[in-house]
Amino acid sequence: MSTKIKDASIPTIPFKARLSRWFGRNLLRIYMIFGFTYLFIPVAYTFVFSFNDSGKSNLIWKGFTLSNWQNPCGAPQICNALGNSIKIGLLATIFSTILGTMIAFAIGRYQFKGRSSSNLLIFLPMATPEIVLGASLLSLFLVFKINPGFWPTVIAHVMFCISFVVVTVKARIASLDPRLEQAAMDLYANELETFRRVTLPLVAPGIAGAALLAFSLSFDDFIITNFNSGTLITFPKFVYVAAARGIPAQANVIGSSMFFLALAIVIAGQLVNRKKAR
Amino acid sequence: MVRGFPKGSRQLVSIDPINARGDLRLTRITKSYGDFKAVDDLTLTIPKGSFFALLGPSGCGKTTTLRMVAGLEEPTVGSIHLGETDITTTRPYQRPINTVFQNYALFPHLTIFENIAFGLRRRGMKDVKEQVDKVLSLVELPHLAQRKPTQLSGGQQQRIALARAIVNRPALLLLDEPLGALDLKLRRQMQIELKWIQREVGLTFVHVTHDQEEAMTMADTIAVMNEGKIEQMGSPADLYDDPETAFVANFLGQSNLIKGKIDGNDGDNLVIDLFGQKISMPKKRSHAVDSSLYAGIRPEKFRISRTGTAVRGNTLTGGRIEDVSYIGVSTQYVVAMPWGQELMVFEQNDDGVPPFDKGEEVIISWEPNFTFGLRGDEDIEAGTEVNPEEIGE
Repeated sequence: MSTKIKDASIPTIPFKARLSRWFGRNLLRIYMIFGFTYLFIPVAYTFVFSFNDSGKSNLIWKGFTLSNWQNPCGAPQICNALGNSIKIGLLATIFSTILGTMIAFAIGRYQFKGRSSSNLLIFLPMATPEIVLGASLLSLFLVFKINPGFWPTVIAHVMFCISFVVVTVKARIASLDPRLEQAAMDLYANELETFRRVTLPLVAPGIAGAALLAFSLSFDDFIITNFNSGTLITFPKFVYVAAARGIPAQANVIGSSMFFLALAIVIAGQLVNRKKAR
Repeated sequence: MVRGFPKGSRQLVSIDPINARGDLRLTRITKSYGDFKAVDDLTLTIPKGSFFALLGPSGCGKTTTLRMVAGLEEPTVGSIHLGETDITTTRPYQRPINTVFQNYALFPHLTIFENIAFGLRRRGMKDVKEQVDKVLSLVELPHLAQRKPTQLSGGQQQRIALARAIVNRPALLLLDEPLGALDLKLRRQMQIELKWIQREVGLTFVHVTHDQEEAMTMADTIAVMNEGKIEQMGSPADLYDDPETAFVANFLGQSNLIKGKIDGNDGDNLVIDLFGQKISMPKKRSHAVDSSLYAGIRPEKFRISRTGTAVRGNTLTGGRIEDVSYIGVSTQYVVAMPWGQELMVFEQNDDGVPPFDKGEEVIISWEPNFTFGLRGDEDIEAGTEVNPEEIGE
């Protein structure tokens, strides 16, 4: 009886209004779920099909197996291609990070003639279509009678990675308070010590980020590599060629491993940051 | 850019600049940026062991002066000596001078301990731990040694910045608006502490500030700077009681400046005509160059009486109370004078007499010795503008 009175005294909100309110509150959440689903379906697909007992072609689900993970080099040439890609990636990362960091310091810290034009030119390789870069590099190598292969590929990768390194490191340098370096000089550190003990440690996270970016760009590259590597097989080239006949499940294994490795690096970075902040 | 002594002349200098000690002498220093002179023909001696303040509004050249002493800027013209050693062109790390930066500039990647040890380690000192511990207890923060700078409050960072500088026992400690970022209460407390620490360690402190109260609380000697030049230098009391220019009179506290004419002599005193009323003031307190002058009186030096009462000293009649603000310890009056000027009067509420009412006719009086005389061609508004953005300078 009493509940009936209570119900009557409170004006009820119509179902339609309640529904629209619920949507209003949760719209962002729903949108987010759709967004992440869209982003992660390919990753999930790759991961799931790395367990496919596929044989040659990995297009149709034929049953669960762990053999692909137990023997990732099972497909002919796949680990050779992976090794080449890692070698090229590491070399391109080392060279482009060193050179790019030096350029970033020059542009970010010093006034010199041609500074603003070099600042602009650095962006050019990022804006040029890769197909154009790849083709012109190949013709350049041929003019100098250098045969396509391992080292021309490394040189090509260093070239397009440098721009990204410069942009990343320069952003970090721009956020560095010049008074910290002045304070170091004030405290008896000469130019070299100031750089080693204050400037470099403070810019290091930017350099590390640039190196990771350079590696993933290099590892991933197909177009420029295809022009300049000759008969050398890299992992993207292997996948491209294999796609014609059906990509072996081992490629899914390697792709998934790369994804989880990158994820682990990001999580580790976050944990270190959180620890530092505490 | 290679700086420092030319090889040949370095051997002639008997003392390595890092070991130089003594008074700091700036001789005819000018620093130009294009056509703009940030510092203009500045000559200044800062005695060893003193607490010296460079006081001025933003853009007066005080920070540029400090940076030249630190070695972070090089003067366009002029020389800087520490004792007998010329340090004009030596690099910052070759000078026995340390700075407490305005934003503290603590190294964010190092612990508090390593921040303080930085200077000692660069000079290859032994007993680093002992010295750092000692200076940490001097600033009363020994428990923070292993923290990072971002984990500290503003006041704590300020003390660490100070500790990082004084641990090196420099010949000269430079403080660039060191308390600017702190709130009022903390600033007051740090003013007293800084003064105490200066006495304790016996170093020469050079303090740059735009806050006149801060300069007066801490410094033995204040140099008031304006537009790249020193307006006046002296003890806080000298500057306040006998300012030589309108800028100093207005920048340090408030002043009433009344236009007048020198009308004759009376022994050691001058007779001044202020809009028909005669007053007197000591000759030695007049900085006028001809017969025209501004008579200056601080608002708290005035006394107010009802028209008709007998008063001693200098008097000005015909005043009318225009505005009354009762603020507890004192009452502030605005008194309109017959010649149209409004004078500020601060009366202590120590005599039990109720405040005057708005509109009352009054006489203003004061001791002749409190009068100071400024040149008659001065801009009496100079130094009155207060720029709230100065704190961020």
